[in-house]
Formats: sequence, structure tokens, C-alpha cells
Amino acid sequence: MSKTAWSKVKLARDPKRPTSQLVIQSLFSEFIELHGDRLYKDDPAMICGIGFFEHEPVTIIAQEKGVDTEEKIKRNFGMPHPEGYRKALRLMKQAEKFNRPIITIIDTPGAYPGIGAEERGQARAIALNLQEMMSLTVPIIVVVLSEGGSGGALAIGVGDEVLMFENSIYSILSPEGFASILYKDSNLAEQAAEIMKITAADLHDLKVIDKVIYEGEGLHIDQETGIRHLRQEITRALNKLKKLSKEELLNNRYQKYRKMGAFIEKEMAS
Amino acid sequence: MNNFIDERKKKLEDFKTNIRKKQKQVKSVDIPDGIFIKCENCNSAIFEKSFEANYNVCPNCDYHFRLSAKERIKLVVDDKSFFELYSDIQSFNPLKMPEYDNKLIIGKKLSEMNEAFYCGTAKIVNIQCAIGVLDANFMMGSMGSAVGEKVTRLVEYATKEKLPVIIFSASGGARMQEGILSLMQMTKTSAALFRHHEQGLLFISVLTHPTTGGVAASFASLGDIIIAEKGALIGFAGERVIKQTINQDLPEGFQTAKFQLNHGQVDLVVNRRLIRKTLYRLLRLHQTERGIYEQNSLEQS
Repeated sequence: MSKTAWSKVKLARDPKRPTSQLVIQSLFSEFIELHGDRLYKDDPAMICGIGFFEHEPVTIIAQEKGVDTEEKIKRNFGMPHPEGYRKALRLMKQAEKFNRPIITIIDTPGAYPGIGAEERGQARAIALNLQEMMSLTVPIIVVVLSEGGSGGALAIGVGDEVLMFENSIYSILSPEGFASILYKDSNLAEQAAEIMKITAADLHDLKVIDKVIYEGEGLHIDQETGIRHLRQEITRALNKLKKLSKEELLNNRYQKYRKMGAFIEKEMAS
Repeated sequence: MNNFIDERKKKLEDFKTNIRKKQKQVKSVDIPDGIFIKCENCNSAIFEKSFEANYNVCPNCDYHFRLSAKERIKLVVDDKSFFELYSDIQSFNPLKMPEYDNKLIIGKKLSEMNEAFYCGTAKIVNIQCAIGVLDANFMMGSMGSAVGEKVTRLVEYATKEKLPVIIFSASGGARMQEGILSLMQMTKTSAALFRHHEQGLLFISVLTHPTTGGVAASFASLGDIIIAEKGALIGFAGERVIKQTINQDLPEGFQTAKFQLNHGQVDLVVNRRLIRKTLYRLLRLHQTERGIYEQNSLEQS
């Protein structure tokens, strides 16, 4: 808790920190990757597939930044195009059909801001995922692995339980972007990070996430501790969620997001 | 690879010199205050009365000026039919962001409203609907918790009362000053629209200048029918961000209403003076269906 927000930003972006691939490998057995949105192409920034979690079939949706330079370029540094979000939606719908829980892993600086992405409807792709994830009748567990960048993260981030690794960040825009707007200087990102409320602890206080995953020394040094805690939390959440009827599940999910935000109503304030 | 890049660079240069450089001829004109207004786009003098009669659209170049939410309601709904809802909901500064309190005060002054979203019930040619308008004069129509709450309540009200929803968007996106709380409003509003959708009710989203970011990437893109007002800029990412990311100039007409129509992202592009009529025609086409739906459900019960 004593660590500053900026030190968390640095940890979240540490090159030694594992990416989604490693989490998938260590958490699921017999994982099979499934490709393509059936509309345009396959987006390598989004890894989707099915596998076993503790002997139970689940659907996995994960943003992947890539490990070495070549792979990072191939995976567009984890910034999905609309086809990535559409692939995710296709496979989440498939999960619903076969009554499999969905586990999503967020790790993205944001949805890709480019010409093709705009031409193919980035805004609509994100919006539709937000709406459809509200309707899926299977449990959805969201894991924020390292970086949760804005709408591009949220588009696979609507869930019954949102778990966030201790040294990950989740924000409306990057501290650099925030600083360049607020202070007109992106070099003041450190200062911006401290006031933005982007750490797992902050978001837990704001009731935007449900659980902080303990990492021990940090995923960049020790992966085993964090993964073990993640496994425990997913098991706990799944056991809890599987007891609910579909109606309860959907209603709880709606109410959870319905309560988010902070505003005043004039009559009550006086 | 290099050949390809060189080729693209050359094409881009050609494009810039041949197409982009067609600058408009701008004559400076002295315009007396009060009676005339100067068009922001073509610089021509517009007679103020004819400007208002023309829905704040320049009669010379068809440029659509920004409308306040209140002006918009006046242009679209039946006279004296608007009944405002949820006007008490306001923002505060939950994350204690610098400058935010001040920005709220300025926003209130400029828009003469408590928040960037103005909403209620109204009639369009006698058809009852729930209607809301984002006002770009209030912090660029950005969505914080209060805007998110108002949109959600309006949609929930419409779901309960079985009313169609019409929302006019004009927004820079989610409100940065409320951080992650603003981001979550995207989910909240989309969720409310899902429940409205499930009841077989109509949502018409009208995208006006500009509709971008978290508003574009949530409720504004979820209309059964999406109308873009002529000349509106519509997109997910801002121009500056895209330029910085891809390091090249953007094609002419990028992210305009017409661009979105050509790319299949909106149903219609409509001139401002025809929006009321278009909404009425759409509402009427759905009214019959709703009538039958209600009759059926009455028979079943």
C-alpha cells in the first residue's frame, strides 16, 4: 500500500512481467485457440479459445501484447481492432450456447486508434460488447493482468467479478494522455498518475473492482505466487456464481454496474 | 517493404497537393453586431432572423452551427410538450481533481443547466417519447457520473413506461475528471439500453457534432436506428491521437457523417431542418408495431 501510483505504472509495464499467454498456459489445461470474427479477419491482439479450468470447460478471452519485438508488432502491442472485439463477442456468445463460464484477461493500452479501426466501427464494436456482456447468461470473470486502458479494456471487462492484480493499473486514459490534457505536458505523467486513482487498491475503494490479487514480490519476479492466488480467486468466484440462477446472475450484474458513479441530487444535498 | 512505404508516401504527397490544398477563398467582411451573424465556415453575413428560422444553419454554405440542448428540444418536439426529468442530478468532484470544480461552474454558466445532459418526456407530432440531449456547451458534453445516471434513469423510465427513447449526442467522450467512474458510465448506460431493447422498444440515436470517445463507444452507437446530423464529426478516437499513433495525415472527410454512412456505421445522414420530420416518420412506423404488441399482451393477460 505504501507504493506510489507511479511505481505501480512502472511495474504494470515492466518488460519482465508476464503477458496473457503465460497466464493462459499456467491456468488452463488443453487450451485450444479459436480464430477469427467471421466477418473480416483474425486479430492477433486478442487471443480467444476454450480450455479446462480445474476440470471444467471455460471460454477464455485475452488481450495479448506480445513478448519479443517481432511478436509485439504482430500483436499490435495488445491494441485490438474492431475485429478483435467481434471475435471476442462471437466466442462469448458461443460460451453462452454451451453454458461455459467466461474468463477474460485484460492487458491493453487501449483500443487501436487508426484509420482502419475507425472505418470498421471501433466505437460500435466496443459499445456492442458492453451491451451484450450484460445479457450473457453464463458467469463472467474479468482479470486485469497489467494494463487496463479505457474503453478498449472495458469492452471485454464487464463481468460478475472483476479481479485485479496488485500491481496492475486500470484507467480512463494513460497517465501520459491525462497529463498532456490536464497539464499540457505529457512529461508530468508521474504527477497525473498520483491523482487519477488507477491502482488496484484505489479501484477497490471506489467499488469498481471486486478483489485485489496478491502478487507477493510482483509478477515480474515471481509468477507462481500471483498465479496461485488468481487460481484461488477464480475458483471461489465460480463456485459462488454457479449457485445463482440465470435471472439472479443477470440481475446482480445489472445492479453492480447500476450503482457505479458518484453524483449529488440537489434536494438531498441541502 | 521499403518500396511499399515509398509508394504510399508518394501517393500521400499527391493526395495532399491535389486534393487537400483546395483552400476556401476567405473574404474578410465587416459585419455590424446585432442584426447580422458571421458564418464560422464561409464568413458570409447572415441576417439573424433568417438564421434562426433556418435552424441555426447558414443559408449560404449549409454549415450547421452548434445548438444548445434547449434550442435542440425546441426545434424537435411539439410546442409546450416537453417535461424535464432529473434536473436535480449534478456532478461533484469525487476524485478531487484540480480545476474540476471550476469547470463545473463555467459549464453551468455557459449551458444554463446543471449538467451536460438535458432530458425528459415530450411529444413529436403527438407521439409520446423519452428524449435527451447532450450539450456541448457543458464541458464538451462529456459523460461523468451525473450524465451517466441521467441517461440511465431516462432509459429506465422509458422501459417502465414503454416509451421510445431518442438521444441527441454531442460529446468529447467520457469525462476525464472523474476517472474510472466516468468509464463505468459506459457500461451502466449500455446496460439500461439492453433492458429497454429486451422489451421490444425503439431507441433512436442521433449523432450530432461532435460525437466521439466513450459516448460514441457506448449508448450513442446502440440505436436501433442511428442518424447522423449533416456535417457532424463522429468517431472513436480523436484526430490528434490517431495522427500521433499512425504518424501520417488523415484522409479528407475522415470521420464525417458521410464517412460513417459510407462505412456502414449509420443508417441515415439528415440535414438539421429535416430531423424532426425524420424522427416523426420513424416513430410512426414503429408506433403501429407497439400498438399491436400492447394489444397482444392485453389479450394474453
